[in-house]
Amino acid sequence: MLYLQVKLNRKEFLLDVGLQLPEQGITAIFGPSGSGKTSLLRAVAGLEKIQQGRIQVGTSIWLDTAQRICIPTWQRPLGYVFQESSLLPHLSVTENLNFGLKRAWKSASSEQTEANKALQASIELLGIGSLLQRMPAELSGGERQRVAIARAIAMQPQLLLMDEPLASLDAARRQEIFPWLARLRDELKMPMLYVTHSAEEVTRLADHLVVLDQGHVKAQGSVSAVLTQVVNPVVVGEDAGALIEGCIGAVDAQWHLSRVDFDGGCIWMRDAGLPVGKAVRIRILARDVSLAISEPTNTSIQNQLRGSIQSMTPDKHPSQVMVVLKCGAEEVLARVTKRAVNELALQVGMPVWAQVKSVALVA
Amino acid sequence: MKALRRKLTRMILTPDSWQAIQLTFELATLTMLLLLVLATPLAWWLSQTQSAWRAPIHALVTLPLVLPPSVLGFYLLIVMGPQGPLGQFTQSMGWGVLSFTFTGLLIGSILFSLPFAVQPLQHAFDAIGSRPMEVAATLRASPLDAFFSVALPLAKPGMVTAAILSFAHTVGEFGVVLMIGGNIPGQTRVVSTEIYGHVEAMEYAQAHLLAAGMLVFSFVVLLALALMNRRQRQVV
Repeated sequence: MLYLQVKLNRKEFLLDVGLQLPEQGITAIFGPSGSGKTSLLRAVAGLEKIQQGRIQVGTSIWLDTAQRICIPTWQRPLGYVFQESSLLPHLSVTENLNFGLKRAWKSASSEQTEANKALQASIELLGIGSLLQRMPAELSGGERQRVAIARAIAMQPQLLLMDEPLASLDAARRQEIFPWLARLRDELKMPMLYVTHSAEEVTRLADHLVVLDQGHVKAQGSVSAVLTQVVNPVVVGEDAGALIEGCIGAVDAQWHLSRVDFDGGCIWMRDAGLPVGKAVRIRILARDVSLAISEPTNTSIQNQLRGSIQSMTPDKHPSQVMVVLKCGAEEVLARVTKRAVNELALQVGMPVWAQVKSVALVA
Repeated sequence: MKALRRKLTRMILTPDSWQAIQLTFELATLTMLLLLVLATPLAWWLSQTQSAWRAPIHALVTLPLVLPPSVLGFYLLIVMGPQGPLGQFTQSMGWGVLSFTFTGLLIGSILFSLPFAVQPLQHAFDAIGSRPMEVAATLRASPLDAFFSVALPLAKPGMVTAAILSFAHTVGEFGVVLMIGGNIPGQTRVVSTEIYGHVEAMEYAQAHLLAAGMLVFSFVVLLALALMNRRQRQVV
């Protein structure tokens, strides 16, 4: 477990956060700029002075103002990836990688081979083997960030902190780094705190989500739970919607479609060339889901899910209602009009058919 | 042939002048080396601290830049003299009085050239910003470790500028030397005071030679500095 309790008084805002986070997977810290995400991350790293707080990673206490414990940054077993390029400009890629490595690992020869293994693994994981002799000034933005990430994970930190690692890159470079980040998540057991204001990064990468607003935690939980919560809805991206994890169950070559199976049904979508068995995440926006009380026939809509109504909450506009459906273990959001709810006499607990007009593959 | 040339140069430059040139380079080299050791931590502190002492210390360090050398020389003379606090101390330690000695001259030179070493270093440290030091900390480098492995290498252009400027400025000093050195041949007589002596004695040819040498030397130093700065800008 990761305990973060941080109180930080700034002229611009007050950061007051209490969190208990899982010690595995990627926890995204999401919020608009100025919400205190970066300050929180810097506080965890010890780069920010904290008036009052407690930071515990697993069993080790990094900060406890009540007990006057404050481990300085350089003694915290963490890795940090800054928003913009943070390679030391006077050192080559290899020297940058070794800078942290030789300080993080003891010089005993048994540890030396371990360190070398970790270094080789991170070079391979980030695909930077061909860049080792270069100087930072000779690298592209995307390459620099990959080296910075490799440098951080080679130290095998207890906690990896990433501050919008993709924000300084253009869209093409971002797409170039995404697969590497997904590999990190899947192949390393390292817990990560990932600061971002990008909906795409949250839906593609995060397992756990913390939403910050003006220095306070607005919501937190597993990413699919937070995205489908309708009380104090959290809108990530263009609209509210559900995030569903599944895997490719079948590919229909004739119609160029592939089927995503998940606990609660299956969804046909455009074939993205993914092999059967591949784990995927799909996003179904509330506005693309309509409801029917009997099995719809003679419709162009290919995807129908069976579920039951879990809750109905008034939406932003008085004419609309946000309906949460339970489909197996997953939740699906549907935005319908109040009149439709009235005409169909929808009630909590009622079995319904959800017609899904469109689906987006996020990862 | 060699003997002839030596004879010729002897004719042109008196042994006194040679001695003054040698002493000038000794003084400038020692001043430069000691200043790099002293000014680097001072400049680092000035660039990092948020202490209320920063402003007054900064002003104090910059003072020799605006103060007439004779003022600095005068106070140094008093402080180092037999009745002064430093003079009393050195006497009690059995070192004698520092005024009119090479050591005294060296102390004067260090103070006089201090801003020329501190300012380029401080600017270089300021230009690095806080990020590389934070990066070093997240890579497990202690503050001292990070200073030597990150801050100093990144401030190298500033160090080179500081070294050249403090060396050249020491070569060019006159007022302080005259006040606390007393122009003793082989001990405190440097090129600038030697020129003064030649002019006083109406030995214009000798004065010309030394003065022209100084002119060329200073120009070459500043030219080298400018070329170096241009090259660095191109690299960055």
